[in-house]
Amino acid sequence: MKNNLYKQIIATVGAIVVLASCNKTLDLLPTNDVTSATVYADANGYKQAFAKVYASYALTGNAGPAGNGDIQGIDEGTSDFLRLWWKAQELSTDEAVVSWGDPGIQDFHNMNWSASNPMLTGLYYRCYYQITLANDFIRQSSDATVASKGITGVDAEAIKKYRAEARFLRAYQYSILMDLFGNIPFVTEAEALGSVLPKQRTRGEIFSYIETELKAIDADLVDARKNEYGRADKAAAWALLARMYLNAQVYTGTARNTDAATYAKRVLDAGYSLISDYTKLMRADNNVNTSEFILTINYDGLKTQNWGGTTFLTHAPVGGSMVAAQFGVDGGWGGLRTTTGLSSKFPDLTGTADKRSQFYTSGQSADITDLTKFTDGYAITKFKNLNMNGTPGKNLTWVDIDFPIFRSAEMNLVYAEAVLRGGTGDAGAALSYVNALRTRAGASAITTAQLNLDFILDERARELYWEGFRRSDLIRFNRFVESSYVWPWKGGVRGGTNVDGFRKLYPIPSADISSNPNLVQNAGY
Amino acid sequence: MNIKKALVAMLMMLTVFCLPSIAQDRTVTGKVTNAKDGSPLAAASVLVKGSGVGAQTNADGSFSLKVPANATTLVVSSLNFETKEVTLSGNTVSVALSPAVDQLSDVVVIGYGSVRKKDLTGSVVNVSSKDFNKGVISTPEQLIQGKVAGVQITSNNGAPGSGSTIRIRGGASLNASNDPLIVVDGMPIDGGGISGQANALALINPNDIESFSILKDASATAIYGARASNGVIIITTKKGKSGAPKYAFSSQLSVSNITKKADVFSADEIRDIVKTKGPNYTSLLGTASTDWQDEIYQTALTTDNNISVSGAYKKLPYRFSLGNLMQSGILRTDKLNRTTVGVNVSPTLFDNHLTVNINYKLAASKSNFADQGAIGAAAYFDPTKPVYSGGQAYNGFWNWLDATSSNGLRALAPKNPLGILLDRNNQSNVTRHIANAVVDYKVHFIPDLHVVVNTGMDVAEGTGTNVVNEQAATSYMRFKDAAGKFHSGVNNEYRQTRNNTYLNAYLNYAKEIPYLSTRVEFTGGYEYQNYLTTNYNFNDQTFNGTVVNTPNFAFDKPEFRLSSYLGRMNLTVKGKYLFTASVRQDGSSKFNPDNRFAVFPSGAVAWKLKEEGLFKKMKSLSDLKLRASYGVTGQQDGIGYYDYISYYNLGSNTAQYQFGNTFTPISRPNGYYFNRKWEQTATTNLALDFGFADNRITGTIEAYKRETSDLLNEVNQPAGTNFSNKIVANVGTMENKGIEFTLNIQPIRNKNTTWDIAFNATYNQNRITKLTISDDPAYAGARFGGISGGTGNTILIHSVGKQRGSFFVYKQVYDANDKPIDGLYADLNRDGNINEQDLYQYKGIDPQMFFGLSSSVTHKKWNAGIVMRANIGNYLYNSIAASSGTLRNILNPIGYVNNGSRDYLKSGFSGNGSNYYLSDYYVQNASFLRIDNINLGYNVGKVFKNKAALRINATVQNVLTITKYTGLDPEMNGGIDNNFYPRPRTIVLGINLDF
Repeated sequence: MKNNLYKQIIATVGAIVVLASCNKTLDLLPTNDVTSATVYADANGYKQAFAKVYASYALTGNAGPAGNGDIQGIDEGTSDFLRLWWKAQELSTDEAVVSWGDPGIQDFHNMNWSASNPMLTGLYYRCYYQITLANDFIRQSSDATVASKGITGVDAEAIKKYRAEARFLRAYQYSILMDLFGNIPFVTEAEALGSVLPKQRTRGEIFSYIETELKAIDADLVDARKNEYGRADKAAAWALLARMYLNAQVYTGTARNTDAATYAKRVLDAGYSLISDYTKLMRADNNVNTSEFILTINYDGLKTQNWGGTTFLTHAPVGGSMVAAQFGVDGGWGGLRTTTGLSSKFPDLTGTADKRSQFYTSGQSADITDLTKFTDGYAITKFKNLNMNGTPGKNLTWVDIDFPIFRSAEMNLVYAEAVLRGGTGDAGAALSYVNALRTRAGASAITTAQLNLDFILDERARELYWEGFRRSDLIRFNRFVESSYVWPWKGGVRGGTNVDGFRKLYPIPSADISSNPNLVQNAGY
Repeated sequence: MNIKKALVAMLMMLTVFCLPSIAQDRTVTGKVTNAKDGSPLAAASVLVKGSGVGAQTNADGSFSLKVPANATTLVVSSLNFETKEVTLSGNTVSVALSPAVDQLSDVVVIGYGSVRKKDLTGSVVNVSSKDFNKGVISTPEQLIQGKVAGVQITSNNGAPGSGSTIRIRGGASLNASNDPLIVVDGMPIDGGGISGQANALALINPNDIESFSILKDASATAIYGARASNGVIIITTKKGKSGAPKYAFSSQLSVSNITKKADVFSADEIRDIVKTKGPNYTSLLGTASTDWQDEIYQTALTTDNNISVSGAYKKLPYRFSLGNLMQSGILRTDKLNRTTVGVNVSPTLFDNHLTVNINYKLAASKSNFADQGAIGAAAYFDPTKPVYSGGQAYNGFWNWLDATSSNGLRALAPKNPLGILLDRNNQSNVTRHIANAVVDYKVHFIPDLHVVVNTGMDVAEGTGTNVVNEQAATSYMRFKDAAGKFHSGVNNEYRQTRNNTYLNAYLNYAKEIPYLSTRVEFTGGYEYQNYLTTNYNFNDQTFNGTVVNTPNFAFDKPEFRLSSYLGRMNLTVKGKYLFTASVRQDGSSKFNPDNRFAVFPSGAVAWKLKEEGLFKKMKSLSDLKLRASYGVTGQQDGIGYYDYISYYNLGSNTAQYQFGNTFTPISRPNGYYFNRKWEQTATTNLALDFGFADNRITGTIEAYKRETSDLLNEVNQPAGTNFSNKIVANVGTMENKGIEFTLNIQPIRNKNTTWDIAFNATYNQNRITKLTISDDPAYAGARFGGISGGTGNTILIHSVGKQRGSFFVYKQVYDANDKPIDGLYADLNRDGNINEQDLYQYKGIDPQMFFGLSSSVTHKKWNAGIVMRANIGNYLYNSIAASSGTLRNILNPIGYVNNGSRDYLKSGFSGNGSNYYLSDYYVQNASFLRIDNINLGYNVGKVFKNKAALRINATVQNVLTITKYTGLDPEMNGGIDNNFYPRPRTIVLGINLDF
């Protein structure tokens, strides 16, 4: 009897050991996250993955307003595309200064950034993040793959369009990287993720790639002005081509002004028209401005929340004696202002002679003695989280304003400049395109004699300030690093000074240089 | 499965040692018993002196031994008993062995077994209850703070039950965990907290703890393999003892008070500064003089009552304990009410062949969490303002207003500190059950063989609600619904459960082989651990229940699992040469199937020099032992559970994207790292144990070197190659070198008086030796350590050639009077610009040396003790001074006045720009000497008609701190002093009643 008991005990122990070691697997799966096979199993999954490709230039991560960020090594609230790109394009110029002490933020206006600047690093990785997402989507959405999932008909057609748009977004981000960093690592869906270290391509090679790619997807993109709001169409691709061709001399050493004029015209001829009131461009319900907007980054106070984007562009310029409620927000962040470099380009500061002159001057001084003092320098009132009827947006913290990365007014200016630079085109049309902008703004029309390149640069400032163009424009006009044009605190000096020529390019972030041996740093850094 | 083969081989070897002894001349039979109670002693060794002939006793204590004709003396010995020699005077012998004098402290619990202290080969330190720290101890690890060389225990802050950060030999990792593995009664427990109780250990009643074993070197820890790189702490709880029931009651009452407040300006000083430096801010000044810190802190009362009974019911030893701790925090509204139950039964069955040890611990705690945001708010809030506005709005608390804002409050201005505290009610209920049963079966037909099975579970649930009332300024009108109506306050729930299961089964075979003068012991087994957490997600709601946000998923169940084989061999030759070898194979669900398994070996030798002729003769020398060990341990904590492949994550409903007029949810592929594997640490250890003057002076000097390779390290990814730009990969190496010294002295030991002094000292040097795949001199390192100043500033860095956690700062330039010059820093790379490339590595957060000193005196019925600790070489970033000690902070550009650190008087900094946040001016030497504890006790003796014994005691905790550091407290985890919950000074009165 006793012996039996012992045997039973031993048998039990043995059984436990055997059970535990054999039956329990070490393969565990997450509860809610799913594999790519699950996501890309049906049309709905495709759409959600596709939405992330777009969302990655609006949001900072997968939880609004923050908490599950896409980009590591930078404060999540500052890690979205628009906020970072805007700083690189605007704070480095006469259009903007900031009072804050975020790491590296003052380097832009002081023009002393280094390869370890956290904002440049964040911007660079943000651009590549969208490219990587696009590559993943493109890989998963070839006709054959989609067919293999049993997706057909309308759904398959929709995915074909998504795929073309993912290629457009990838091309767009390569154009940004080409503009900012020059020679950059290049990777497409052809290489399995992480399988190879991306090779560096020259700025000219990237230019050719984007040009070819945009033309290749033209057939698959939805016709101009026919796509859902917020999604790229043929006109967006043409507008990007026009913008690139205008800068081709900078990127490739060869001017492409005729192409610039051709594509700008193609966009304008697609039926775009300026909205009637310039001051209503950047409003909470500006999603109705579809006659002028070609492609927007969409934000929403309830559904698309983050601390960058237009939330940043609306809160950050409010400070001093400004009343936040007049901007449809719950408080100013007291950061962004401008220099006299911009304000002096307008006939007055009140908007009387040119409605585009949107400055707040009460309690603000024109001169900047201290970059970190909000009341030094005029504030700008271009972005308002107010609906056209004056009521505030859906939320007072996260704003509703959509940001146009392409609007037709830019094309008016591209056409005029391209023709002035010798591109084939109609000089009369060029003048009328420029005057169309001025007329809308209530500014006096100009004559053919007045229309010259210097005028175009200033007119671009008046029309497009704080929309992310200024650094590229100044470089194209050879006024970014040179002494021929200085602005307050350019190069960290109150009166402004020229800086080294290598600063026309930003440095490849050292984070990538140290992890990808294929890369060569830009000269000077 | 090579390990399986090894185990089979080991079992085969066992049978070889079981071979019967060779026939001898005559047969002696007899019985060995325990002198104390006459019970038979099994497995005692009976040896013929001067020969290799011997035998072991059976379960009933009997033995039979064929001895040579010329044999005269038998040597009888058994584990934990004094060895005895008996003269042979016939063919039957009865021997009664006395238990070894200090039996309890002589046996040390190690991984999967125990060992006599003098037979230790590895670095294992045992601290038993008599050496525990006194006073109000709400979490177990504080019992041994300062007691063990190489072990640094830093309480996280002064909040009730907040727990501690434990570092053994500095920890072995960078980005993965540096927390040691904690094992309670043989069962590894999950170090993480649970919703409503951040500290897992806080749910174990310190009064139930019998002893700690701290395993430091790889010889001791490698048996725990993949989780052992940061050392192991084994906690053994009290067990039932045979005999009549004995009751022990203890009660403590304590009073805690703040010792030091953040050094900020008074109301009059602020008025002066504003008038002279910012005339246009004078209109913002108030006329009150409020010390906000006085408003938020309180005198806190704590009671701690415990009762336990232990004894045996028939043959069933039991222990039952009940404890209640009611602790208030010095921050108003902070409360912890914890009730604990401990049950242990340890029956022995079948002629002592089956020992069962069942432990059950229950903890139920109810907490009220103060909003610790009030600490920073109280330091910075304008002292010229009154506490109450006199009006009704915002519950009557004075706040910065702005008539033009939608909710009437000035955006971004701090909120009334007392309002922050009193407007919130965050209550949690946590219950935790830890139960395990250890069955130890001594096999009937092979009595040297034990089969041990330990199975257990750790089940916990934390729930709570966080309610902020409707008028509270902190969340007034925080949500606008679709109809445009505003809603205020918070009414949120939280819940988390944990369900961890554990199984361990091993065989242990120990055999004396008399003819080889050798004792061998084999241990081999299997272990299974499963850790399952369920996180429940709830709506974010305003006070009135309006839903602000809904989660995508109702719950998430992260889980990981370990499956392991382990084996160990101990060999003792001639009682003086000791060898230990262990091996463990772990499999973890956190890695891809190809990288999942790893083997962790170790080996150690010890040589009892005292047993050698030369030293044997030295009478003053009572002990001398040399130990050396080497081993490899692993690390897999603190990393993702599943991310060896990419999973897609569904975005929250506030992170959708608008196409047309509809918002589409987003699906994101997450970053991943397929090739991730274990971090490995190779440890070499060399030690000398010594004892003099009948062990009244004992000590150990120990040197170690730990090299961690394949560091789990967050590294940059080449752009375009992953879904995350940084990922935890196995890149880099790090080393820790150190010396530990322990000395225990008993200067006085006589009938009336004993005086004990225990001293320990540790020197640890940490160096990162590699951080990137290819050496890149331009790579400064991995920056971390976010600070409150600016947005996204970090102050710390891991850099090659430096210690882990160096400060990464600008070099401040000073004027002739040693005053820092505002905004002027050394241009270290001489490029004419001050930017990130001028930052340099300066000092570090960890101490190079730390010391502990305990002394206790017992004289007749009195006893007194003191415990001191010191750290040398640790630095702190004074974030309070940096973020508030500037004019820009006091005269806030957004349009309000703040209080600020008085450091402003020294620096005079304007606060413009951002570089000053990173000035080395704010990095201060935080070396300190602290008197942790002074206690005094009196043993009243028999009371209540001799039915009970009474002791009374008084303790002062956190008595005194001597430091050059100018902030609140020099002892902080993580190197950044930011709104630290102050550690109070506590005065404790207690009684103990035994009956």
